[in-house]
Amino acid sequence: MSKTQFPDSALEAVADTPDGATVLVGGFGLAGMPAELIDALIEQGARDLTIVCNNAGNGETGLAALLQAGRVRKVICSFPRQSDSYVFDELYRAGKVELELVPQGNLAERMRAAGAGIGAFYCPTGVGTPLAEGKETRVIGGRSYLLEYPLHGDVALISAFRADQLGNLVYRKTARNFGPVMATAARTVIAQVTEVVPTGSLDPEAVVTPRIYVDRVVRVAPRDSGGTR
Amino acid sequence: MSGPLTMDELAAVIAHDIPAGSFVNLGIGHPTKVADHLPPENGVVLHTENGMLGMGPTATGAAVDPDLTNAGKVPVTELPGAAYFDHASSFAMMRGGHLDFCVLGAYQVSAGGDLANWHTGAAGDIPAVGGAMDLAIGAKSVFVMMSLFTRGGTPKLVPRCTYPLTGVGCVSRVYTDLAVFDITPDGPRIDRTFGVSAAELAQRLVFPGLAG
Repeated sequence: MSKTQFPDSALEAVADTPDGATVLVGGFGLAGMPAELIDALIEQGARDLTIVCNNAGNGETGLAALLQAGRVRKVICSFPRQSDSYVFDELYRAGKVELELVPQGNLAERMRAAGAGIGAFYCPTGVGTPLAEGKETRVIGGRSYLLEYPLHGDVALISAFRADQLGNLVYRKTARNFGPVMATAARTVIAQVTEVVPTGSLDPEAVVTPRIYVDRVVRVAPRDSGGTR
Repeated sequence: MSGPLTMDELAAVIAHDIPAGSFVNLGIGHPTKVADHLPPENGVVLHTENGMLGMGPTATGAAVDPDLTNAGKVPVTELPGAAYFDHASSFAMMRGGHLDFCVLGAYQVSAGGDLANWHTGAAGDIPAVGGAMDLAIGAKSVFVMMSLFTRGGTPKLVPRCTYPLTGVGCVSRVYTDLAVFDITPDGPRIDRTFGVSAAELAQRLVFPGLAG
């Protein structure tokens, strides 16, 4: 792992994303959604992507725009259906995008396992439900568990609040959500932040994602409505 | 209490039954109304699956912060002593049995405490599970909050769920507009009713031996 890079633009940061990549995308709804990096990925042009994200896009921006551009082969998520997820809904109904539905905690834990070098794990979530179909079941200590496999990404796109000049990250409020776990689970981790601060000015006790996980950091403008982006 | 209860009145009943100092997750939708009826001096701590303990009331006006939402993506506030954590930690907290209660909505609950609340199973319906399956098997006690009958009059407390399951044997109590039921090893038992007699209810629900 080399030193964290600080490319000048989001487009430069995602430039080497290959066709067919599995891309982990942070965010829960819009909180922690790396909007600028997703826009850059749309511009960059990679196709046939597998997107791992809690949701499957809102309105016609961000992930929804990526889907609308026909660049996504498969979505792995926990909660695709939302009041404004009509882009995904239409593509799914038309058979133009594949869906792997994963309980939210399993989505997080499968990425945690990927980042932590775990080969597989037994989890009680989903036992006896349709999402258990095809999975190995094992009774441990009188309780039933399903065998779950790690979920690796080629690229992770996440949104944090602040980075120091070495690439250590801190987040803001519930925008943290999937960021820290996705940062451990992909080969190339790209974070957008609203502030880059001098090395030494982040409290080492409060660093959430240590720089070892972070390959590239791009600074973006805070959004008008406040918050991280 | 006269009934049937509105969802808001039912939320107050549930809030009253949650012991002081409990750690509680209120899912999304109707159960989040329970928060409005928890007396602050009770010290009940709310967990939200997207990574927070110590969640405060819904945010309004200048307090709205796009980085601070609940599981339903509604802007909320933080209380003194709040803590943030990532998603893997949040669900470890849930799955690891650290939460005392969760309150979830449901399409159906079975006599044995099976829960169906994530998918109607209808063709063309886009499935979305979110954190429902993790919550159902994670909290020490799972309360369900729902109307007892569908708009068409069909019971939602049923011998066996016909909708796809969220969790097996996971529900401990069912709070409805007409009655509260405990799910026991012998099936549902009426704890209290609202504006209807236990005998009337037993007639409308088809369980052998349903009694108060």
